[in-house]
Amino acid sequence: MSEERLDFVLTVNGTTHAVRLPPRRLLSDALRHDLGLTGTHVGCEHGVCGACTVLLDGRAVRSCLVFAVSTQDAEVTTVEGLTEPDGSLGPVQQAFLECHGLQCGFCTPGFLTTITAGLRDNPSPTHEEARDMIAGNLCRCTGYQNIVKAVERAAEIAHGFETVAGATSSATGAESGQLEYEDRDDDNASTGLGA
Amino acid sequence: MGQKVQRVEDQRFLRGHGRYVDDVAVDAQTLHAAVLRSPHAHARIVDIDVSAVLDLEGVHAVWTYEDLAELSPPMAEPLPLLIPHPALTHGRTQYALAKDEVNYMGEAVAFVVAEDRYVAEDAVGLIRVEYAVLPPVVGIPAARAAERLVHDDVPANLGARLEQNVGDAPAAIASAPHRLALDLTVERSACMPMEGRGTVARWDPDLNRLQAWTSTQTSTGVRAALAVKMGLDLGQVDVITPDVGGGFGVKINHPWPEELLVPLAARVLGRTVKFTEDRREHFISTAHERGQEQHIEVGFDDDGRLLGLDVMLWHDHGAYTPYGLIVPIITSTQLLGPYKPQNYRVVFESLYTNTVMVTPYRGAGRPQACYAMERTMDAIASYLGKDRAEVRAANFIQPDEFPYDHGLIFQDGRELEYDSGDYPASLEKLKTLVGWDEFPAFQAEMAAQGRRVGIGLACYVEGTGVGPYEGAHVHIETSGKVKVATGLTTQGQGHATVFAQLVADELGVRFEDVEVVTGDTRRMPYAVGTFASRAAVMSGSAIHLAAKRAKEKVLKIAADALEVDEKDLQIVDGVVSVVGAPPDSVGASIDLGTVSVLSNPLRYAFDEASKRATQFQVGDPGKPPVPEDEEPGLEGKDFYSPERATFASGMHAVIVETDPETAEITILKYAVVHDCGNLINPMIVEGQIHGGVAQGVGGALYERMAYDESGQLLNASFMDFLMPYVTEVPDGIDIDHLETPSPLNPLGIKGAGEAGVIPSAAVFAAAIEDAERTASPGFAITAMPISPSELFALRRSKESS
Repeated sequence: MSEERLDFVLTVNGTTHAVRLPPRRLLSDALRHDLGLTGTHVGCEHGVCGACTVLLDGRAVRSCLVFAVSTQDAEVTTVEGLTEPDGSLGPVQQAFLECHGLQCGFCTPGFLTTITAGLRDNPSPTHEEARDMIAGNLCRCTGYQNIVKAVERAAEIAHGFETVAGATSSATGAESGQLEYEDRDDDNASTGLGA
Repeated sequence: MGQKVQRVEDQRFLRGHGRYVDDVAVDAQTLHAAVLRSPHAHARIVDIDVSAVLDLEGVHAVWTYEDLAELSPPMAEPLPLLIPHPALTHGRTQYALAKDEVNYMGEAVAFVVAEDRYVAEDAVGLIRVEYAVLPPVVGIPAARAAERLVHDDVPANLGARLEQNVGDAPAAIASAPHRLALDLTVERSACMPMEGRGTVARWDPDLNRLQAWTSTQTSTGVRAALAVKMGLDLGQVDVITPDVGGGFGVKINHPWPEELLVPLAARVLGRTVKFTEDRREHFISTAHERGQEQHIEVGFDDDGRLLGLDVMLWHDHGAYTPYGLIVPIITSTQLLGPYKPQNYRVVFESLYTNTVMVTPYRGAGRPQACYAMERTMDAIASYLGKDRAEVRAANFIQPDEFPYDHGLIFQDGRELEYDSGDYPASLEKLKTLVGWDEFPAFQAEMAAQGRRVGIGLACYVEGTGVGPYEGAHVHIETSGKVKVATGLTTQGQGHATVFAQLVADELGVRFEDVEVVTGDTRRMPYAVGTFASRAAVMSGSAIHLAAKRAKEKVLKIAADALEVDEKDLQIVDGVVSVVGAPPDSVGASIDLGTVSVLSNPLRYAFDEASKRATQFQVGDPGKPPVPEDEEPGLEGKDFYSPERATFASGMHAVIVETDPETAEITILKYAVVHDCGNLINPMIVEGQIHGGVAQGVGGALYERMAYDESGQLLNASFMDFLMPYVTEVPDGIDIDHLETPSPLNPLGIKGAGEAGVIPSAAVFAAAIEDAERTASPGFAITAMPISPSELFALRRSKESS
């Protein structure tokens, strides 16, 4: 017997997608496998690690605990939607870059979305509040030290402060402390997806 | 080198453009695999009935062991025993799909390929297996008792027994002024990378070759295994390791059953096939580590100086031994740390149990080793009433004693010979950093308020950068951009950044013009892998050497083109120029892109660099365009193969507070002194330390594999296995570096990846013990990890005794 499928609309990062999916399809799987938005990562599939966190109408939710079909009236924001309109990194992304807030990068999208929502609710967190903001997300690489710094730095950036945190850049455009972005997806030899 | 350079890979990761294995081949044509796993720890398979699956729409294949021989005969053989050792007299490995019996809960029994993972899991649920359940062997005491056997043909559950001796430890202990004995245990934990295992494979019928992406720590290892198991020539197999979401050791083991079954299915079905494990599968079907029991006897003098050390280790290696004896060998050799016992005997027994197998996890046997040695040092200090730092200092190998040969054989089969270090200087730095000398006053002040605070320290030495070799290829394109390939893989260490730093430094090019590829067998087919804190030492050195070779060629061609002597040339920002010549003087400089054109005498011109090249004349008109013993192209390739490992070291200290009522354990301060030789990128080294410390906190205070007596893993989820969140790790880690360069490699570097996790069990046991000592009666901490409940129970049992 063929599996029942439903027609509905997913609105992700401002774009609408008409999809036809089984009702049991998780939002995380729909984003990744059906829309190709693979920035959202799945770390545990039981809502504990937070890697799959996306924003649903601005609220941070675990996309592995949400059926895709149940989000048809909502706006979904994923990590791909956190960059500025001009393509530059958003404040939380920029703070992670400056503070070395990521290593393997797998948990990172969930932190970025969580902190984006967190700073919207509390734009000037104290140190304790910065730690609390990320207390529901697991990271196995960083020991969280630089993620906490990144929360505090992101708040500064969002407030327009340009004091430089932690690392410096050796890039030629180093005045801004920012590396020029080069998207290597088109010639990504390391994934063999060049064709 | 030495700069806190921001990571180039972060741009991809931060935008959601990382490419992990589950992000490869995202399209409706890709098929998805799921695996039926044994629900029992020990059972005979009586019958498997897959008939119900065949009617399920969307299923493309269902395989059991019976199908493997027909698909590819080598697939029906046991998986490889990767690292044989003469002492491993009874090595056993599993089959890709269980044959006749299962030996741990989670062992792969059947494999399904379907339209999507949902349907594949539906199908797995329809397979009916009849098992004859056998009593399992769970835990080291049961394995040693050997009332039941894991494998019928392995007597006493004993996979291996290895003894190493230096001097005569029993005699030295017997004649020592003071003697102590300790019995210690460490429980199981696991790597738990945020991304589990995954493999995608595609068979190209036009090229008659296989392409596999896998989340591994060794692309070349998987490639060789795939060729053998699928009956292909090595040249028909490409393995690509894309971005990897953490490894920490578990992904060095290979090939996993799924790593073979997915490519086989891709070839048989003619479709791209993907397997991505879920978290429960990662818990029950990959690998764990750490579980050991230890008995230590030590003899020492009035100063606490070791005279003899006699150690017996029982190592739980789980149901199979694909990775040989690496973990217990490391425990037994690295146990010595920065000390020099005059006489040392160590024996380990590596034992089978009906649990998930044990392969290296960050630290790879060293956390257990450090725990054994440092608990011994603390016991000696306590017995003599001496300062714990003083007893350690009395036993240090001194700076003028390097190289120091312990007279043992290390994990790489080479002598355990330390290359360099300065342990007294490390200890002084640590004492300052943590406030060691001031602590007793603080402790007394707190005790007067009824608060229990304690301090602990632990020292370790870590053999890093073990051989046999790594290689690198550096190619300067006509655009002037530099493409670098090395074969080992990356799991978050920032290789694309640190290796680019090395090339930029050596070659004189802009950092952002260097692009590094790792773990792609098409780009560098000779490689070993990422483990043993070896990537920076091995591939870093190889890349440095390859860049040097490329530079030699650049200078030779540029000197010819500019009609000057090589010695008068410099390379800055990708331009070769005559030292001291005015910046704009004609004919005094040439960019690397143009040199690249000149290196390759093509008939055809394609780009601006080709036009620029026309103003230069190189080569001898009397010789062939590519002279004998030369090659076209501006490339450098080299390999680095050291005589032996280089030995990093470090010392940690922690101050904890234990609640007098609830026994809750709070970290007040954590300090690290770390010596990994010269630093390439201090930001990345500190990140590695942060992560290691957090994993160490998990291993010391929270994480354990809760097997029940029937061999069920009761906490196989992130809900039940307590991995630290930010709320469990220290708020700030104080780090100080010492840099004693290694004489073994051109950069003077040592490995840094594992260090942060090594002293954790030792340092927390010491600090908690110290805190409890402030309230009578004190007691020794001999089992780790320790939870508040266990600490509470210890207090109760001491009070009542």
